[in-house]
Amino acid sequence: MTNKEFCGVLVIGAGPGGLAAAKSARESGAESVIVLERNTRPGGILNQCIHDGFGLIRYGKALTGPEYASLALSEALSSGAKILTGHHVTAITPEREVTAYSRSGIRTFCAKSIVLATGCRERTRGAISIPGDRPAGVFTAGVVQELVNVRNIMPGKRVVILGSGDIGLIMARRLTLEGAQVLAAAEILPSPCGLARNVSQCLYEFGIPLYVSTTVTRIIGRKKLEAVELSDVDADLKPIAGTERVIECDCLVLSVGLIPENEIAKSAGVRLNPDNSVRTDEFLQTSVPGIFSCGNSRHVMDLADYVSEQAELAGTNAVRFINGGHMLTWDEEKTNCMKKGFPDKDTITCTVCPNGCQIKYSSGTYSGSKCARGIAFAEQERTSPRRTVTTTIRRKDGVLLPVRTAGTVERGRVIPMVKMIRGMEFCGSEVLDVDGETLKVSAV
Amino acid sequence: MPALDADVIIIGAGAVGCAIARELSRYEASILVLEKECDAAYGTSGRNSAVVHAGFNNKHGSLMAKLCVEGNKGFEALAELLNVPYRKTGKILVAFDEADMQELARIKARGEDNGCTGLRLIDGTELHALAPKLRGIGGMLSENTAIFNPFEYCIALAENALVNGARFVFNSEVTAIRHDDTGFTVTAGENLCRCKVLINAAGLYCDKISAMLGINDYRIYPCRGEYFILDKIAGSFLNIPAYPVPRPGIGGLGVHLTPTIEGNIIIGPSAEYISERDDYASTSEIMAKLFTEALDLLPGLERRQIIGNYCGIRPKQAPPGEGGFRDFVIKNEPAVPGFINLIGIESPGLTASVPIARMAAGLVSENMPLKPKNDFIARRRGRVKFSALTQDEQQRLIAHNPDYGEIICRCQNITKQEIRDAIENPFGARSISSIKYRSWATTGRCNGGYCMTRIVDMLVNEYGLKPEEITYRGKGSEMFSGRVK
Repeated sequence: MTNKEFCGVLVIGAGPGGLAAAKSARESGAESVIVLERNTRPGGILNQCIHDGFGLIRYGKALTGPEYASLALSEALSSGAKILTGHHVTAITPEREVTAYSRSGIRTFCAKSIVLATGCRERTRGAISIPGDRPAGVFTAGVVQELVNVRNIMPGKRVVILGSGDIGLIMARRLTLEGAQVLAAAEILPSPCGLARNVSQCLYEFGIPLYVSTTVTRIIGRKKLEAVELSDVDADLKPIAGTERVIECDCLVLSVGLIPENEIAKSAGVRLNPDNSVRTDEFLQTSVPGIFSCGNSRHVMDLADYVSEQAELAGTNAVRFINGGHMLTWDEEKTNCMKKGFPDKDTITCTVCPNGCQIKYSSGTYSGSKCARGIAFAEQERTSPRRTVTTTIRRKDGVLLPVRTAGTVERGRVIPMVKMIRGMEFCGSEVLDVDGETLKVSAV
Repeated sequence: MPALDADVIIIGAGAVGCAIARELSRYEASILVLEKECDAAYGTSGRNSAVVHAGFNNKHGSLMAKLCVEGNKGFEALAELLNVPYRKTGKILVAFDEADMQELARIKARGEDNGCTGLRLIDGTELHALAPKLRGIGGMLSENTAIFNPFEYCIALAENALVNGARFVFNSEVTAIRHDDTGFTVTAGENLCRCKVLINAAGLYCDKISAMLGINDYRIYPCRGEYFILDKIAGSFLNIPAYPVPRPGIGGLGVHLTPTIEGNIIIGPSAEYISERDDYASTSEIMAKLFTEALDLLPGLERRQIIGNYCGIRPKQAPPGEGGFRDFVIKNEPAVPGFINLIGIESPGLTASVPIARMAAGLVSENMPLKPKNDFIARRRGRVKFSALTQDEQQRLIAHNPDYGEIICRCQNITKQEIRDAIENPFGARSISSIKYRSWATTGRCNGGYCMTRIVDMLVNEYGLKPEEITYRGKGSEMFSGRVK
């Protein structure tokens, strides 16, 4: 048997949730805080989210995923939390004994309290039973994001997106920028599931058609994806015969929902809801005393910023559980708060903060904004829209590094700049000059 | 064209072809297996319910019945020898009314005539003791029915044949055969192969191979069966295969529920005659029906437990309208000396594969002398299945090789070394499906969302494949268009 290692608060997962929980546990007085992360680097899924828009609440600026992750990491480290990467947790007991596998062996940790921050997984083709062949070329959006942004692999050239979850929308833009043709996005519901700002900035801005009340009714291609058949659906979401049309493509990206990842929680007997989310009390404690849950593994959330905030509370409560102090409550309203679906007609979707105000312009005045920053943003959007360019740059060894412009550039320059960066090789400097703009490389 | 010569050529690397190759590799003869796909078990052998049948379903006096009963009796020892996951679960035929019970009494009598043992009619109490969540008023228990892993089984047969000197050539579809006094000349992909004895184990394509030699007596009617796979969470609902009472004329065994070795449940198959032999598409009509029929047996199932689906195609000799089963044809074709046909090997062909192979070897010996080797290696060393080991054993393995400490497939807890073992298989099969069949990675609830990119990363960075060379199931199923930059 392995030797047992004792610790105060044990956090599982070093994404935004786990890192924030660890930091706050330390700040709340926990003597030893250990974070177990199965990947070789901390940051979780943020590492592949190279687009910007993170941190508007928590850090007051629009950060890319890797930038947000590196801030969260340095906070956790400077708080004194210990982060063990390459540690894959396979089981937890109700007595809070945790088994983790690593390249140096199997380790058993005995914790006084545990915070689960294990994130979520994607719903798959198998789960939604799309009829048709089973060829190569069908991927979930998160897999495509990892392939394109981290592994330097292009899944296809002609792409159809099924579902309008945020990762699907983000990847519609990302694949377009990297030279693929995104032919359509289809959503079975009458309105998009993703955030209004993503519908606007990832589809509308690139002229990608979004078909609502539409789904894929057949996957075509014995070995390699050749086409998909789309059909309209009725009010019961059943395909309507006679509305079928075929789109030739070599890649189908599924963005059809996220499922809280709680297989480890289950091993401890934590009670789950039918959608696999965790049943917690208002203090984020699960049905097993001393085991807390936060972030997407508790309940899939819109925003990393609120994941971090919730996780801080879970970390604090995990310490209060040990010390017997009174616990803090989570404001459930923050879990999912952002404007989803279609942007309102003839409006500008504000991206300055997560409110996503729908701002209207009429004869010199703006309405619908909750603040002055929104009006300034809308004025800029109306007259000369600007964007942050986010993409990756290839290092000599093939590794991709996320890059962003320091400021914003005219919207029309985004595609040519990404194309230019695609042909470049990283030369070792963290700051680059491309087309007269300053580019910052993160996670070197 | 490269020329390949052998005493015996076997067409098809399904369970039957691989079993024949292994059987013949006991003798002093050169054996060559030609397969159109990139690996073994890509056809019907890998697309089924993964059950070792007892033999009570088949007509008394038929080859199907005889070889199935024989296969069942020897399977446990064979699985142990070849290191293939196998579990004697038994199986229940579930009765919903008295008429079903009477039919089961007839099936039991037929089974016993066939030589099956361990058949027993059970009442509702015993039924629910065996499987508390099943519906039904009683049933028939077959104690000797078992579950196994058919991919691992075919691969094990092939690997064992390989160790004993048989050769396998993949990606080589047979397109022409010439026969003269000196033997056969077979065009297979890029290869021109010569042999004295030719064995047709081409499964779904056996009639076409036969026709290449002018024997047009056979016709295969492809009959598709669709399946669902349920998450392991559903596995706790049932640990014994549960079938309805077979209805005459459906050409299958009815939609049934089968636990897998890995702890999932399979629902299916349907039975639907189709026009093309490689049409493995799932249909919305059948998928809706499968689940409803499964609920008849096991009312507690939920749709959200579904993690995947697949199809298999039965090479049936019975045409649509006739239904049911026509017996296996296994014979030397007198019109073409040296040509052995195996026609219509559908269920229970997997169970019967080794007895079929022994029978085929007997037919070979009518054409050429078969002299036993004295150095035949009967045992196959299997791959390490890390998750089945004790923690102490695991700890020792990791200390010796850190790749055992890195979990690549999080749904099935499969380690990097196990992926490596799968990639480094002796057949050089490197498609994602081939890695899956050997390691069981990508088969869990995330459908490979976590492990597929990691496996691809290994193929690219440790095995030197280009992204655009990585395939899902061999040539033509390239997964990626290339590098981003």
